[in-house]
Amino acid sequence: MSELKEELKTKIIEQLNLEDVTVAEIADDEVLFGDGLGLDSIDALELIVMLDKDYGIKLTDPKDGKKIFESVNTMAAFIEANRA
Amino acid sequence: MKKVFINSIGAITSQKTFDNSEFLNEIVNYSTTNISVVNPNYKAYLDAGSARRMAKGIKMGVVASKVALEEAGLESVDAVITGSGMGCVIESERFVAKIIDNNEEFLTPTSFIQSTHNTVGGQIALGIQCKGYNFTYVHSSSSFETALLDAQLQLELDEATNILVGGVDELGPHMIKVHGLIDHIKQEQTIDNLNILSSKTVGAVFSEGASFIVLSNAKQESTYAELIDVAIYNTLGLTRVETKLYEFLKQNNYTVNDIDAVVLGNNGDVNFDEYFNKLSEGVFANTQQVVYKHLIGEYKTASAFGVWLGAKMLKTQQMPDCIKLNDKAPSALNTILIYNQYRGDNHTFVMLRKC
Repeated sequence: MSELKEELKTKIIEQLNLEDVTVAEIADDEVLFGDGLGLDSIDALELIVMLDKDYGIKLTDPKDGKKIFESVNTMAAFIEANRA
Repeated sequence: MKKVFINSIGAITSQKTFDNSEFLNEIVNYSTTNISVVNPNYKAYLDAGSARRMAKGIKMGVVASKVALEEAGLESVDAVITGSGMGCVIESERFVAKIIDNNEEFLTPTSFIQSTHNTVGGQIALGIQCKGYNFTYVHSSSSFETALLDAQLQLELDEATNILVGGVDELGPHMIKVHGLIDHIKQEQTIDNLNILSSKTVGAVFSEGASFIVLSNAKQESTYAELIDVAIYNTLGLTRVETKLYEFLKQNNYTVNDIDAVVLGNNGDVNFDEYFNKLSEGVFANTQQVVYKHLIGEYKTASAFGVWLGAKMLKTQQMPDCIKLNDKAPSALNTILIYNQYRGDNHTFVMLRKC
């Protein structure tokens, strides 16, 4: 699980072009959207596509995204439970 | 009709041109046939949150416009008019590559948002909260001059007071590949950019850049020059260049003898520099000739830097040795003509006068 979390942090930084952020700076339970890492709705779309492309998980109800993308912890747990 | 002035400038090119207190003091040499810009410290101008969604062309354009706005002492303008031959081509290439690589699936919005031609003008306007006229001209190698002409007309007719006008183009890997295949980029393995204009080979050194100016119908302390006129000819045969030049000068009540320096867009392509040679060896044989593409390379809006150069020379009354093609320096620089064309098309004349 911790390996997946590190992988997710690396992907988030690369795909969302967070130039000034390092893997070490993202806490597992840090809020990704809003006050935390400051991601926005366009980033959410990027993350949804990443789930589909890299882990084979389609998000059928976008409303679920709010919970799934809350933090690296919640993302990793969701991927572990649903990946093909 | 009101007069039109260049009140400030800002340029990011393959030379260190973003600092307006300098005038080509240090020259960067290149040995490759595709060159990038000398990047300013973008973080000094853009917050990290905004910068992460900016393609290189957007960053260059926004920062060049910020330099120009700051020098003009303005926080906003009445209009933003941009010229870009290729738009944000790096993200366009990335977006198309993703479509192909992912079999038309998994498309994300970020590359698409950054890939459009008018993103640069849009981001500039967003940054300065300018809700006025915003237009991007995509007219190949006359994109900048078309933007300039639009601004000139609006200012002469007093429809605006201050307009941000600029040209921006970036260089992407696919563009380098395809333009190399068709010999638009020089085939030499290594070159010396400072001697490229006498290379006698086909193609040019490709590059990128952004140059913005604040045009205004109100002269101020920072003013560089007066913009006299702009002319664009999309198609012009070699034998017609001189004729059109005379027409342009006559229309503005000037003669060839009134031109103190001519800024030429030679890029070292043996097949197409003949247009410039026609003027430099003919009508302007006894005029000071200035060149710049050996320093900044070729791109669709490179001539915006020619205007930057003309304005800078008129304000400072200086002419660095690295841009002189001959040695006919006049006692004073009062009127400068900028002539450009690319591969025999999109011929443009821009005339500037000292204020």
